Amino acid sequence: MSCQNQRLNVVPTVTTLGVMKSRLVGATRGHALLKKKSDALTVQFRQILKKIVSTKESMGEIMRTSSFALTEAKYVAGENIKHIVLENVHNATLKVPPPKFEYFTEGDTQNALTGLARGGQQVQLCRSAYVKAIEVLVELASLQTSFLTLDEAIKTTNRRVNALENVVKPRLENTINYIKGELKKIQGYKKREMERQLAEKVSLQKGISINSANNLLSATMEKDEDIIF
Amino acid sequence: MAGRAQIPTKSSALIAMIADEDTITGFLLAGVGNVDLRRKTNYLIVDSKTTVKQIEDAFKEFTTKEDIAIILISQYVANMIRFLVDSYNKPVPAILEIPSKDHPYDPAHDSVLSRVKYLFSAESVASGRR
Repeated sequence: MSCQNQRLNVVPTVTTLGVMKSRLVGATRGHALLKKKSDALTVQFRQILKKIVSTKESMGEIMRTSSFALTEAKYVAGENIKHIVLENVHNATLKVPPPKFEYFTEGDTQNALTGLARGGQQVQLCRSAYVKAIEVLVELASLQTSFLTLDEAIKTTNRRVNALENVVKPRLENTINYIKGELKKIQGYKKREMERQLAEKVSLQKGISINSANNLLSATMEKDEDIIF
Repeated sequence: MAGRAQIPTKSSALIAMIADEDTITGFLLAGVGNVDLRRKTNYLIVDSKTTVKQIEDAFKEFTTKEDIAIILISQYVANMIRFLVDSYNKPVPAILEIPSKDHPYDPAHDSVLSRVKYLFSAESVASGRR
């Protein structure tokens, strides 16, 4: 990686100087905006995190309640309830559309007949307990997904912010300085060219050597203002 | 029980489970189970005889299947395939660790929480509250 902040290779003209300046302004503005975006995302990130933590704890509670309900149901309806339930599995009646993660109940629950023999009420209680547990779990899943996606987004945005700050802007600044330097050199060069041409004219008119004409010019320019050519 | 309203589901997806028998029974009661045409189920019952390889395969299968949106996994099972669970970083399907009857919920081992442990300072959840 070039830690030396290379400048861009451009022809050092006044137009390119203008172009570079406007690009620098754009980069600065973009950098500030992206930083704001990253900050906003981080704030949301933390909020979601807090929610996830609290939801997870409540989920632990709910799972425990549901397990109790299941044990009760087992006790009342006999040990065979498990097999009946397993056998009855055909189509899922509880589905989850990603990425929103609300849950849908489709059609009739297949297990409507479970527990008809014994302890029907307990079975129903158990089922509703588990459905509640699933609600919480679905919410937790959606939180987690958005959490992970946010994480990715924050990383990308931060990468862009850092890139702008540490690579693009210094590069543009160096280019601008280079162009300014070149323009100054050219200006100085032009000035000397003009002086030389003037000296030539003087020598032609007065028939003296160019060198002494030069000396004449510089000397007069410093001291005497009265001599007009 | 009268028929509930049919809600049209276009891009709906299933909830997969890898847990012990009791937990799975409970969730099947609620209607989460699905057996598709090839007699494949969206849940794996883990007992003392299940090998780690079976759990790994089921996990990999569930994560690659397109129609599964959430994977519920018991925490003690997740501990068995901890490296797989931790290296999984796609947002979909979401992986949730649930407690089981004998193993209460332990935030210290949750893969998602441990990843952001550094964000917490004094009131750290992942390191166990008092």
